Amino acid sequence: MKIGVVIFPGANCDADALYAVERIGAEPVELWHAEPDLKGVDAVILPGGFSYGDYLRPGAIARFSKVMRPLEEFARGGGPTLGVCNGFQVLTEARLLPGALLQNMSLRFVCRTVPVRVEHPDTPWSGACVPGEILHLPVAHNEGNYFAAEETIAQLEDEGRVIFRYLENPNGSRNDIAGICNAERNVVGMMPHPERVSDPLLGSEEGLKVLRSVLEFAGAKVH
Amino acid sequence: MNLEETYRSLGLSDAEYARVRELLGRTPNFLELSLFSVMWSEHCGYKNSRPLLGRFPSEGGRVLQGPGENAGVVEVGEGWALAFKVESHNHPSAVEPYQGAATGVGGIIRDILAMGARPVAVLDSLRFGDPADGRVRYLFREVVRGIGGYGNPVGVPTVGGEVEFAPAYTGNPLVNAMCVGLLRVEDLMRSRAVGVGNRVILLGARTGRDGIHGATFASDELSGESEARRPNVQVGDPFAGKVLIEACLELRRRDLLVALQDLGAAGITSSASEMAAKGGVGIEIETDRVPLREGGMEPWEVMISESQERMLAVVEPERVEEVLKVAARYGLGAAVVGRVADHGELRVLCGGEVAGSVPAEYLADAPAYEREVVEPEYLKEAQRLDVEEIPVPGDFNAVLLRMLSHPNLCSRRSVWEQYDYQVRTNTVVGPGADAAVMRIKGTKLGYAVVTDGRGKWCYLDPEGGGAATVAEAYRNLSCVGAEPVALTNCLNFGSPEKPAVYYQLARSIEGMSRACEALGTPVVSGNVSLYNETSGGAVYPTPVVGMVGVLEDVSCHATPGFGREGDVVAVVGASGRASLAGSEYLEIVHGRVAGRPPEPDLALEKECADRVRRLIAEGLVDTAHDISSGGLAVALAEMAIAGGVGVEVEVGSGRRPDVELFGEAGGQILIAVPGERWDEVREALAGVPWQIIGRTGGGGLKIGGFVDLKLEELRGAYGRDLFAEETG
Amino acid sequence: MSETLRRVRVLVRPKEGILDPQGEAVRRALPALGFGGVGSVHVGRLIELEVEDESQVEDMCRRLLANPTIEEYEWEVIG
Repeated sequence: MKIGVVIFPGANCDADALYAVERIGAEPVELWHAEPDLKGVDAVILPGGFSYGDYLRPGAIARFSKVMRPLEEFARGGGPTLGVCNGFQVLTEARLLPGALLQNMSLRFVCRTVPVRVEHPDTPWSGACVPGEILHLPVAHNEGNYFAAEETIAQLEDEGRVIFRYLENPNGSRNDIAGICNAERNVVGMMPHPERVSDPLLGSEEGLKVLRSVLEFAGAKVH
Repeated sequence: MNLEETYRSLGLSDAEYARVRELLGRTPNFLELSLFSVMWSEHCGYKNSRPLLGRFPSEGGRVLQGPGENAGVVEVGEGWALAFKVESHNHPSAVEPYQGAATGVGGIIRDILAMGARPVAVLDSLRFGDPADGRVRYLFREVVRGIGGYGNPVGVPTVGGEVEFAPAYTGNPLVNAMCVGLLRVEDLMRSRAVGVGNRVILLGARTGRDGIHGATFASDELSGESEARRPNVQVGDPFAGKVLIEACLELRRRDLLVALQDLGAAGITSSASEMAAKGGVGIEIETDRVPLREGGMEPWEVMISESQERMLAVVEPERVEEVLKVAARYGLGAAVVGRVADHGELRVLCGGEVAGSVPAEYLADAPAYEREVVEPEYLKEAQRLDVEEIPVPGDFNAVLLRMLSHPNLCSRRSVWEQYDYQVRTNTVVGPGADAAVMRIKGTKLGYAVVTDGRGKWCYLDPEGGGAATVAEAYRNLSCVGAEPVALTNCLNFGSPEKPAVYYQLARSIEGMSRACEALGTPVVSGNVSLYNETSGGAVYPTPVVGMVGVLEDVSCHATPGFGREGDVVAVVGASGRASLAGSEYLEIVHGRVAGRPPEPDLALEKECADRVRRLIAEGLVDTAHDISSGGLAVALAEMAIAGGVGVEVEVGSGRRPDVELFGEAGGQILIAVPGERWDEVREALAGVPWQIIGRTGGGGLKIGGFVDLKLEELRGAYGRDLFAEETG
Repeated sequence: MSETLRRVRVLVRPKEGILDPQGEAVRRALPALGFGGVGSVHVGRLIELEVEDESQVEDMCRRLLANPTIEEYEWEVIG
């Protein structure tokens, strides 16, 4: 399976995402932001970082980069797409996911490992988990405070689209939301970094479960 | 302005100006004077410290590059090497803390990049005044934000450092940033310009008026006027910094560069003249080819601008096009701004005319001042301490909780959680331990890195304190299982023109050098920051050491937290040396900074630390912690809190209980070992002093009949938020 | 500067009802400096740009300069 990792000029978790993809035994493919080509990948990860410096708003400029047009087509066509941290911010700016990520309530950047509950395993990025499973995942962000209009939040909850939920909210997110999916459930955005907990030497490899889900998803589709 | 006023306003003394005239054999023009003024500032020229710095040992088996380059480089093994350096940004941070700290991080990252290394870890050693002071809290908050504000986006994890508070730093905080870079030995880059006819390319951001005369500013004492000089302070752009890193690494990988140098203090002037002087060549810069951010800049402004996120590269003419292509792919600015020449001068051209021309070696050879070393009067008085005058407290529980919640001893979590310490997924042990441990992907190798400073001890005993600073770094690395290899240092002192300060500088260097020799850790790079003074006087003499160590198998390392119940808890190192002199306890509880702290026994120090390190490397010990500020009781509390496992110990040498609990000496390491492994450990410790003091277990900390506290109580005191509004 | 360029000032601020922690922090800090009687505070962004065709500004705001989910904007030609 080929998994593409988008590289924006200010991405800084791209190498980590590529490494994690290798760790789950998939083939990592670098997708350069200035090339409108997904190189035939089966799934796409938008990694964390500061895409274009994020001086205006996180992800605001990245959504207009050349790689985004084929990526939007891929995502709208049902292709498994995961945005992590800044990648989540880009997906909301591109309106592939609802809502926005505001500055943390504390007004501080926060880097911390927090317990996150998997609410729904029926997405390509959570299928390897059992409902209610608790993963310990690090967050590292300044703007991770998920916000959407009340109706939108209610809709997300009703439709089971809150995929990951903080047990200890590090940023003030509405309803302790750590990750959501789109109505079609193929596009997932999450603030915690599964790719960082990818090796026992770093303390745990719990995060690989999130990424392995997409392998199982692809396997299920083939059979 | 007449000539005299001009050179004085640029910071040159009458004697220095006379020397310029004598060297040139003519009267310099304004541009040439500007070049001398920035290059002969203390910041660039090390006028007052250079004669003393030669004392540091700088050679060792693993050293690939010693002092004199952008950073020192040591060999790790399997073809890997580490480049590292620490540098101060004290003065800019005092005036504009966010940008001062941010550009400090950016600058040190580019120093590492200039060696051809990928920056892989940042540490920040920070010192501020009394946190009860509102402006101190503002400086502290903004410096920490600035470090994160640059380090987090640029994608280099901030894995360690220090934060300390003392009234001596009020108005003149110390902001020292260290960076470590990883490289293949064969990729080591240097800044020596060679090859007459080669092109000089300026990479990165456009040039504006940032930091004009910043280098001379950094060497002045801070006064009320400093704040009005705010426009001098440079502004950092981490996004541009990130792009610069990736582009330079690709240029290096494709072997397109002859030499590379970052642009720091004194901008193009400093970089070009150093590159030329090292290569014994000349460099011509055409200022009208430098991409500018604002109109109307004079050639001298272009030459000394300190705009951030720029590098200077020497490139063979036939490779220029390829270099420009790589830069364009990353959206990085790049312009050919000059060439290497055979005349040995830094020559500035504008509109085809020579605007100024000075032999590069003169610029690189600032005058050096040696002064007499005279013991200052304050020292005898400060060293006097009659312990009998210090009352023994009745309630040690209360004393310990008070100490654990003190800003100098409480948890630094509220600081380091604002830094991304994990990005690049190589951080094996992050902030909060004795040292950070990093892995090298694709190998079993790892390295550890730490910064240490003991300003108060250096104030009370410059030579002993200098030695203790190096010894502490050595011990910290040993506690995580790393073999200490080499160090970098940043010497933060007051005005060297004051005899007391010059004495502190000279004796601290002596003490550090002795420790380096005894411990086998050479100094491979460094930085000097003098004139750290405000109306209240000089800061504590504060040499900061950044030391790097190697782990052959990174999976065998230790952390301070107790991991199991029932472990044997032992102290390795000489007992009975702990003293209240210069201790945190004496200052926090009794309000005194006094006494002569115990001088380290360097030979024993090394033997004990090396034994512990070997036990860790062999996988026999995985829990170790250095007894440092706050003494035994604080160290035990830290281990219990970090691991979530309690401990019960006895103390019984018959000395005063406050000396036993809170006395400081250095040279001691706490280890916790499962009972079944103890015999093996004991054998390995034969010949060095050790003592079993208790066992882990229970829900709290019990020390003899003196301390009995639950883990929650310890956590409550220790876990305070240093930024909470009631701080102080 | 080209004669045909107009200067436009765009103000972007958090939408009514959106929690604005930066504004809140400023509001809390002011009394400490002796400024009493301060009601709500909102922190936004000011963007000044020069454009040839001011009819594009509305679109610029909607697509890039502001995020309509959380922000509102207004703009004016200032020269």
